[in-house]
Amino acid sequence: MAIHLQFALGSILTLLAAALLGFTCGQHSSRLRRLYFVLIGVAGVLALLAGLGALNTAGPVSVELPFGLPWLPWQVRLDALSGFFLLPIGLVSIAVSLYGPGYVREFAHGGDPLAVLGGFTGLFIIGMSLVVLADDAFLFMVAWELMSVSSYFLVAFQHEQAANRRAAFLYLLMAHIGGLSILLGYGVLAGFGHGFDFDSLRTAELSPLWATVAFGLAFLGFGMKAGLVPLHAWLPEAHPVAPSHISAMMSGVMLKVAVYGFIRFVFDLIGTLQWGWGVAVLAVGSVSAVMGALYALQQNDIKRLLAYSSVENIGIVFIGLGLSLVFLSSGHHLLGVLALVAALYHALNHALFKSLLFLGAGAVLHASHERDMEHMGGLLRRMPWTGLFFLIGCISISALPPFNGFVSEWLTFQAALQAWHLESGVLRSLVPIAAAMLALTGALAAAGFVKAYGVAFLGQARSRHVRRAREVSPGMLAAQAWLALLCLLLGILPVPVINLIDAVPVQLFGSGLEQATAHGWLWLTPIAPETASYSPLLVLLALALVGGGAYWLLKRFGLPGTRRADAWDCGFSAPDARMQYTGTAFSQPMRRVFRPLFRIDEAVDGEGEGRRYRLQVSDRAWALLYAPVASGVQRAARRITWLQSGSVRAYLGWSLATLLALLWVIS
Amino acid sequence: MSAASWLLALLQALLFIAAAPLLAAWVKRVKSRLQNRRGPALLQPYRDLRKLFAKESVVAHTASPLFRAAPYVVFAATCLAAALIPLVAAQLPTAAVADVIVLVGLLGLARFFLALAGMDVGTAFGGMGSSREMLVSGLAEPALLLAVFTLAMSAHTTNLASVIDYVGRADFALRPSFMFAFGAMLLVAVAETGRVPVDNPATHLELTMIHEAMILEYSGRHLALMEWAAQLKLMIYGVLVANVFFPWGIATELTPAALGMGLLAVTAKLALLGIALALSETVLAKMRLFRAPLYLNVAFLLALLGLLSHVILEVGA
Amino acid sequence: MNLLHLTLTEQAVFVLAALVLFTSFALLAQARLLAAVHAFAWQGALVAAATALMAAAGGESHLYLSAALTLGLKAILIPWMLHRLIRRLALERHVESMTHPALVTMAGAAIVIFCYWVVLPIARLELAATRNILAISLSVVLLGLLMMVARRQAVSQVIGFMSMENGLFLAAVAATSGMPLVVELGVAFDVLVAAVLFGVFFLQIRDSIDSLDVDRLNRLTETELEAAEQEGER
Repeated sequence: MAIHLQFALGSILTLLAAALLGFTCGQHSSRLRRLYFVLIGVAGVLALLAGLGALNTAGPVSVELPFGLPWLPWQVRLDALSGFFLLPIGLVSIAVSLYGPGYVREFAHGGDPLAVLGGFTGLFIIGMSLVVLADDAFLFMVAWELMSVSSYFLVAFQHEQAANRRAAFLYLLMAHIGGLSILLGYGVLAGFGHGFDFDSLRTAELSPLWATVAFGLAFLGFGMKAGLVPLHAWLPEAHPVAPSHISAMMSGVMLKVAVYGFIRFVFDLIGTLQWGWGVAVLAVGSVSAVMGALYALQQNDIKRLLAYSSVENIGIVFIGLGLSLVFLSSGHHLLGVLALVAALYHALNHALFKSLLFLGAGAVLHASHERDMEHMGGLLRRMPWTGLFFLIGCISISALPPFNGFVSEWLTFQAALQAWHLESGVLRSLVPIAAAMLALTGALAAAGFVKAYGVAFLGQARSRHVRRAREVSPGMLAAQAWLALLCLLLGILPVPVINLIDAVPVQLFGSGLEQATAHGWLWLTPIAPETASYSPLLVLLALALVGGGAYWLLKRFGLPGTRRADAWDCGFSAPDARMQYTGTAFSQPMRRVFRPLFRIDEAVDGEGEGRRYRLQVSDRAWALLYAPVASGVQRAARRITWLQSGSVRAYLGWSLATLLALLWVIS
Repeated sequence: MSAASWLLALLQALLFIAAAPLLAAWVKRVKSRLQNRRGPALLQPYRDLRKLFAKESVVAHTASPLFRAAPYVVFAATCLAAALIPLVAAQLPTAAVADVIVLVGLLGLARFFLALAGMDVGTAFGGMGSSREMLVSGLAEPALLLAVFTLAMSAHTTNLASVIDYVGRADFALRPSFMFAFGAMLLVAVAETGRVPVDNPATHLELTMIHEAMILEYSGRHLALMEWAAQLKLMIYGVLVANVFFPWGIATELTPAALGMGLLAVTAKLALLGIALALSETVLAKMRLFRAPLYLNVAFLLALLGLLSHVILEVGA
Repeated sequence: MNLLHLTLTEQAVFVLAALVLFTSFALLAQARLLAAVHAFAWQGALVAAATALMAAAGGESHLYLSAALTLGLKAILIPWMLHRLIRRLALERHVESMTHPALVTMAGAAIVIFCYWVVLPIARLELAATRNILAISLSVVLLGLLMMVARRQAVSQVIGFMSMENGLFLAAVAATSGMPLVVELGVAFDVLVAAVLFGVFFLQIRDSIDSLDVDRLNRLTETELEAAEQEGER
């Protein structure tokens, strides 16, 4: 068996050991807890090595596991696509292993059993790894279920509050509806092939109509899990409620596993692609991106803001995938590969910076027990390292050079700008409009993260807990430093990363993106140097040179230094923390401009001294989609209770009728 | 990409940075003349910068290290953006380092740190400025990028040197898409550089400020860097509009005669743009804040019409 | 490239057609009535200029007459009549409250793309070099109709109706170098008569229901009339 496949299976076995340790004795001794996290870290390293190995190997390797049904054993396959998605699993697991010991200490003395947290985390990561490695539909669905159910227990960890229980229930419900849709999609494919393993699904011959049905089912199922609008409502409920390192894994890794599932199904298994699919994916992706960014800007709970931002970034990934589908189905192979590489790069980037941001939010929660940004402030001076790493995460997610978010957005723009190759004039006008929506998203995301960082870390502290906050333990800082360093490296060294990612289209389609990296490790040229060229390392060096040079020049000329004084207060008495701009105030202009897109409930209650301003910004999708569907289901269920009349003879009558019908069908 | 061309690129960047206060002074001077005043001398901004650099910098008690680092980041990002734009000569190696989208990204990085600096001290004015700035830039960026895309769809490139080459070499043609993109870029340039009618750079009333509110707490050398960065930004947009839409005169070979011609051409174009800006600032009044989204919607509509004209009229079936 | 194969005059015609489309969008979004009338006047002038340029490019002298007719009628006479009407109805400062202007503009953009797609097979035929303007003209017609749907003020609806005719005229001139002069004159006088009649009707409507909001015209239903009659009898 190839070495990287051994690493992958080894990582799963290590996780199994960790889960067992977590379930049985993790909660009693802190030394065993540390051993548990070391096992998670080792598993992460093994997964990372397996992924890198698979991306550097020419062909896929597979093995049959001695589990499963007799005529349908479980098959595991490690090819370039699986290997690529093992990377975020590995990298974030390593971060969580560094972060965990310090963070879960606060749960050790609470009412919730740590055994649940430890055991199910291990099972959760096993589920995700198996989904990525699965080579037949049966193992895929089993692993998918394992992933969903174990994450349900993690989301419901702090189940004392009713809101958390509701969020966990919604999460489980939508995960299962999505899973059902995916199962039906596989069913359609298997109906035309002769087996459930991916090789026979790949060779299945589908008519265009059935292919579209299968695509629709897969898009619905994987899109629901990835968090595309309008099926995203579970995301901002479930992600904030889980412990922070679990939120990091869910937002950072689980959403990518859903993206993996979509890519595997559509780009690998279905066969001939249709441009209509590409337009649908592009439209849904653009809407998700814009709506996610808009809603993120309105949130005051820091973890909810990050959850909506995940919706936005998944939208961006799907914009890239939609572009890829459009180009590939119209025969522009190279451009389709470029768009796919851009989408994959963004998926990896999002895994890194979203995990970083969630771990940072968790550090703030750990230090100050506050999740509401309106009670935070001035944390940069009290938690300088967390503040620095959170700043790196904010710059990366706002897609600003020279960090990694910018590279993937730049590649997506370059792919969209090649739309002039398309024959259809309608597509040639729709693609740049989608790119303009992407630009709007980037600007809104930057605004959202200026708000998040500015209100939480800058300014003055707005509550006592936050004023007393102190920097967290070195382990938690190391995890954030690891992810921040990766964000910087993936930003300034895009060429080696693209060389790695290139293995995926080479294996899927036969050819990759050679000229992107043809001009050396310093220059990124997706199409040709005359078309577009970017050298992030030179940009970083120039920024450092000019900034540092200005600072050194000013110091050298011995100019007068700095004096501390009070802030400008316009002649009034000393400004206190309550006179600062709040998060609600910061996002008010956007709230006003985009009013029809939100559901805003705003009022001033009370009289005199007891006056209170109340604002609630909720998701339009609830009223437009979820509430009608829920009430429709309830009405249908109430109608069906007519069947339960209570009379014994009626029940016997139903059994008789069913028997007669079955006998008639069999004969 | 020889050493000589890199040296020339460096010199051009230094010239750009040094000339930015001059453009701001020219606009102020023309505006004063239109208002029947004599106005400050053309070298006044240099004297102001020298004065500010020589002064002590006063920092609030509640400011964090980011407050002191932000001016350097803003200045560095804006200088680098300036170095990327062909000012005098078109075929310089900086075009390979970054294209138009990276340029917009660098300006976005500067704006990010500027907005954070506004929120850093914890006063109401700074937060207000940051909030308004993110509103205006959030709505301006799609319009700007759509106008850039319209150009890129015609020129098939986002590399600034290639775009200028394309527009300059082709025979003169009246392109509706370029006209609309030009209109959109003018509107966006006014919004992004904080000029009337979106923001008044000469106001002293805090409640009407956008850009000034974010740098209200700065003094001394920090304020000098921020002011210089703002003047650079004005010149960046001016040169971008002038040299991309009207590239005639820019040097295509690196000979002294061509360079001299390029310098003369860009000076003339910037002078004309300065007069146009001063005229519009005198004639128009500053809009109230929530009319700015309507203004930016018009810019977006123009960019969209540019794209549609390109697809429908210029390429056709 | 396609554009560079045309002469400068034909390129200028393209520019004017694009500006006509811009005025259509301006009419959609303009909340102030007087500004909408001015935009309509500009639209007429631009269409006249485009016609004159096409006459110069193609050497068809009867197009000069059409251009002059359009200029006189659409750019001068009808806007003047609308101006007078607005003054008589005392609506100079009227600012209409638009419902979702952003949505209407997006619908307008979608209509333009749709018209382009519809016209594609026709545009491939070997008509005049300026056949690409056909998509723009169809968009102007449909945008005029969209304006009639989106605006509630009755005078705005008249302007929308008139701009539809502008679009038709542009299409005729671009694709087939003008309609026969008889048809031309007939349509022009129809439009003039329509403008006069609209003016008379609006005064009547305003007298009977005290407002010119077309949504309130639904007050004149059967039940209301019967109730009014019964009131009158008692």
